[in-house]
Amino acid sequence: MEYEKVKPSRRKFLKSAALIAGTAIGFKSLNSSRYLLFAAEPNDKNLPWYGIVIDIEKCIGCGKCAKSCKIENDVPQEPFFFRTWVEQYTVKNDGSVNIMSPNGGIDGFEQQVPDGEIFKSFFVPKMCNHCSKSPCSQVCPVGATFESPEGVVLIDEKYCIGCRYCVQACPYGCRFIHPVKKVANKCTFCYHRLKKNLDPVCMEVCPTGARMYGNLKDRNSKIVKFLKEHTTQVLRPHLNTGSKLYYNALHSEVK
Amino acid sequence: MKFFIPPQLKRLSLAFALFISAFLIIRYSLIPKSFGQYGFYRGASLGEIAQLPVKYAGHKACLVCHQDIDDLKQQDVHSEISCETCHGPGQKHSENGDTTLLEKPISRESCGMCHSKNAAKQKEAVFQVDLKEHNVKKKCIECHNPHQPWNMKK
Repeated sequence: MEYEKVKPSRRKFLKSAALIAGTAIGFKSLNSSRYLLFAAEPNDKNLPWYGIVIDIEKCIGCGKCAKSCKIENDVPQEPFFFRTWVEQYTVKNDGSVNIMSPNGGIDGFEQQVPDGEIFKSFFVPKMCNHCSKSPCSQVCPVGATFESPEGVVLIDEKYCIGCRYCVQACPYGCRFIHPVKKVANKCTFCYHRLKKNLDPVCMEVCPTGARMYGNLKDRNSKIVKFLKEHTTQVLRPHLNTGSKLYYNALHSEVK
Repeated sequence: MKFFIPPQLKRLSLAFALFISAFLIIRYSLIPKSFGQYGFYRGASLGEIAQLPVKYAGHKACLVCHQDIDDLKQQDVHSEISCETCHGPGQKHSENGDTTLLEKPISRESCGMCHSKNAAKQKEAVFQVDLKEHNVKKKCIECHNPHQPWNMKK
């Protein structure tokens, strides 16, 4: 009697073993096609994870960043295409705010409000926030814009179909359609310079050191030290974009 | 018991198999090879973007020939400023210094980009002058050496 019972249990064992093996193989193959379901994650420990700090107190509105960015990256010279630009905010004594950015600040600024009426005034350089949960790359229907393993939001110009969804999706207004190439264009964190061990061009030419970048994973890096010592803020934190552009001394008037 | 498959179901399954295999073949031929290498994008595009040409050489490239100017600069308040901030993109000049020369901005306006008076500039951040009042008829470089601004010329 006992001898006969062994056979069905062996069959059961083989069946369940095959089921477990099959499930494991199935999950394994699912994992390899994970990229079809999820966005990039900062899992690669060997690569840096870049962040930017802009110190508003140091910016003097010289516009060298906007000018050099246009030259370095072949951005059209017309005054409505910018990868980075500078805004001048002037808060008057009566509380009204005057915001201007003539040609992105490339030609310099002139204070139009008389000194007696000014309560406070400051410059705000703007550029791509290189969000870690970027709205622009989430809406791209073809996978032409993405977050690189270093946390840099890039555009594959050969793959972009120019549908403009990303231009609409960016809450910071950092994208535009290139008038000649007819594809989306934006700040690349000077990815081509980073890979050649050069600083991004806006940070290279900034005369006061108002712009800073570095590896957020490295606890000893300059940027992590700065973030530790200062009270910084990102733009539009309520949108939960995972922005990696931190402003020091940001005023509440900045939009 | 013998399992009976009706002939129309056989034909239909054949049509399905053909349709699915055609779909897979078309999909395979349309998706670039490197797509999905790192994420939902073409992995080869990272290399393509990284290969774009550089136009600003970076301050280290300037030091190869112009160490003397940098030594001057280090002694005064402009020490932290990159050469290309004022002189413009220098990659071509660093490759071929004899034929391609960089600009020398000498106008009052080019100095004024940083040093003109504006309430938006913090007083600690930069030394400011009112260009409409400060030695109007002279160029800045007649008194100041841009590499050593406080070493006044006589």
